[in-house]
Amino acid sequence: MKPNPLNIFLKRVREASQHGDIPWQVILILFSIIVMALALAIGWTLWRESAAARTTFGWNFLLPTSDPNWDPVNDNFKAWPFIYGTLLTSISAMLLALPVSLGIAIFLAELCPEWLKLPLNWLIELLAAIPSVVYGLWGIFVFVPLVVSPIADALFTGLGGLPLVGGLFAGPVPANGASRLAAAFILTIMITPTITAVSRDVLQAIPGSQREAAMALGSTKWESIWQVLLPYGLSGILGAVILGLGRALGETMAVTMVIGNSIEGSASLLRPGYTMASIIANEFAEAVSMLHSQVLTEVGLILFFMTLILNCIARLLVWQVARRTPQEART
Amino acid sequence: MTASTHFQILIEKNQAKLSARRKVTNAAMLALTGLMTLLALVPLFWIVGYVIYKGGQYINLDFFINLPRPLGMEGGGVRHAIEGTLVITALAAVFAVPPGILAAFYAARYPNTPLGIALRFSTDVLSGVPSIVIGLFAYAIIVKPMGNYSALAGGLAMAFLMLPTIIRTTEEMIKLVPHNLREGSLALGAAEWKTSISVLFPAALNGIVTGFLLALARAAGETAPLLFTALGNERYDIRTIINNGIAQKQGVFQILGRIVDQPADSLPLTLWKYAQMPYPERVAQSWAVALVLMILVLLVNIFARLWVESRKRRLQG
Repeated sequence: MKPNPLNIFLKRVREASQHGDIPWQVILILFSIIVMALALAIGWTLWRESAAARTTFGWNFLLPTSDPNWDPVNDNFKAWPFIYGTLLTSISAMLLALPVSLGIAIFLAELCPEWLKLPLNWLIELLAAIPSVVYGLWGIFVFVPLVVSPIADALFTGLGGLPLVGGLFAGPVPANGASRLAAAFILTIMITPTITAVSRDVLQAIPGSQREAAMALGSTKWESIWQVLLPYGLSGILGAVILGLGRALGETMAVTMVIGNSIEGSASLLRPGYTMASIIANEFAEAVSMLHSQVLTEVGLILFFMTLILNCIARLLVWQVARRTPQEART
Repeated sequence: MTASTHFQILIEKNQAKLSARRKVTNAAMLALTGLMTLLALVPLFWIVGYVIYKGGQYINLDFFINLPRPLGMEGGGVRHAIEGTLVITALAAVFAVPPGILAAFYAARYPNTPLGIALRFSTDVLSGVPSIVIGLFAYAIIVKPMGNYSALAGGLAMAFLMLPTIIRTTEEMIKLVPHNLREGSLALGAAEWKTSISVLFPAALNGIVTGFLLALARAAGETAPLLFTALGNERYDIRTIINNGIAQKQGVFQILGRIVDQPADSLPLTLWKYAQMPYPERVAQSWAVALVLMILVLLVNIFARLWVESRKRRLQG
């Protein structure tokens, strides 16, 4: 008697799923794939939804230009002012946040007494938990008038007339203080916890033998940190900074509330501007034409790619430190 | 005095100078790191203190139980936003928790398979995607095909935002469960799935719940993904929807459908809109909303962290 292939198949299935492990694994794998597909779907959907904008404007859409052309009524768009605004505010924020975050990370990882570690870690993390709109509200009514405006005035009078960097500090300084500088400052506060947490972890992952060796050679505490630990963890700290930059690029609400939302050709840090995230936040729900919303989706697509690339680089760098450390600690 | 001793003295002087300089640098830079830490805490206490001070002045019972009054009038509350926040976060939890936990089981059990590595990588990617981009995505896949803004779309956008946090915390918590529990269960003849569901999951449950609460608190404070998914709706009123539904003899699912299928407001969304209005009473209310949001987020964070710490200590012995 020849066995029926279907019966054999069913028997195999029954055997394989006897303990219910195969179905369980299939379910787990299925959901894992769904999560992975989600990451891909975001990129693909934005790509598809911005098709008309991409074919209409091509690469010219992204190229640097001095004319701030954003005319939804006549369907004429250039993304450069937003790309510039995003890069300028995020990079300034990163440069401002780096020394502060590094200082905190060093303090937390190397100097802080044990009993103070946990509460301080919590407080720094709470800074990251405050909702972005609350930062924005505090920014508009408290931080910008009290802190940013005086600094902006000082920068304008001090640096505005210089030949090379003068363009970056050109005036006139807006009366309410809403400017790219204000956005950069708010972003600095918001990305400090991110950079701090990652660089603290990197410092803590460095084997103790490095510290002991530096001390044995007669270096002071600071010299051991500055000349041994920081170079050792450099790629990880770089990763932390890039991770912070990625956060700053995508930050929307707080920036939208303090940056002043104006499209202009000025390159100045002290003038109001726009970022990629804030133009989407302000205009997408009220897009006047199909092309307008497509163009905004394309801006979102660029933002997605920028953060994607930055995140990949950052993870690789942080991984490198984590992977290298245990082996060397053993030897 | 010979030349060589003169030279010796010079060297010694130089060394003393150098060592003094090194000591001073050391002290100065170490003090500076402490100063940086204090500097970072300034905005935290400033924001928290100021929001409590300003928001505390305008908060009252009306604020929680009334719908907004017409523009320019005193009084009124933000019940619509509170209800909207509840609906949207509940939807987000429903969409994000089951897939998140199951994917986390995979990531914890098979971290080094190609799929496991890919999964962790895409979790990282997802957690890095800007929330406004998530909003665009949810708009494209829900709002556009359905033709209207809705609480459902907002909830889904929030779910995408919560997913990476849930996966990561759940994975960590499962990994913290001692191996002997797992091995004991397997030795008793329980299958892998049985072990996962009735041993690992309960052992990690506290941690999973706290991770979920943290993700929820973060989502409840997010605005950007709701701007063009839930959109905002000052007349969002669940009680009226339910009463109308009962009057028209609709079923439970129809009523639920109507609750999720219309634009809804949320607390951060309301804050954002009110803060930009030229009406002082609305701006005052935005401070009160900020206070509510902040208390919510801070409480969840503090309790979750306390919980996780005690849990970690217990599990690690």
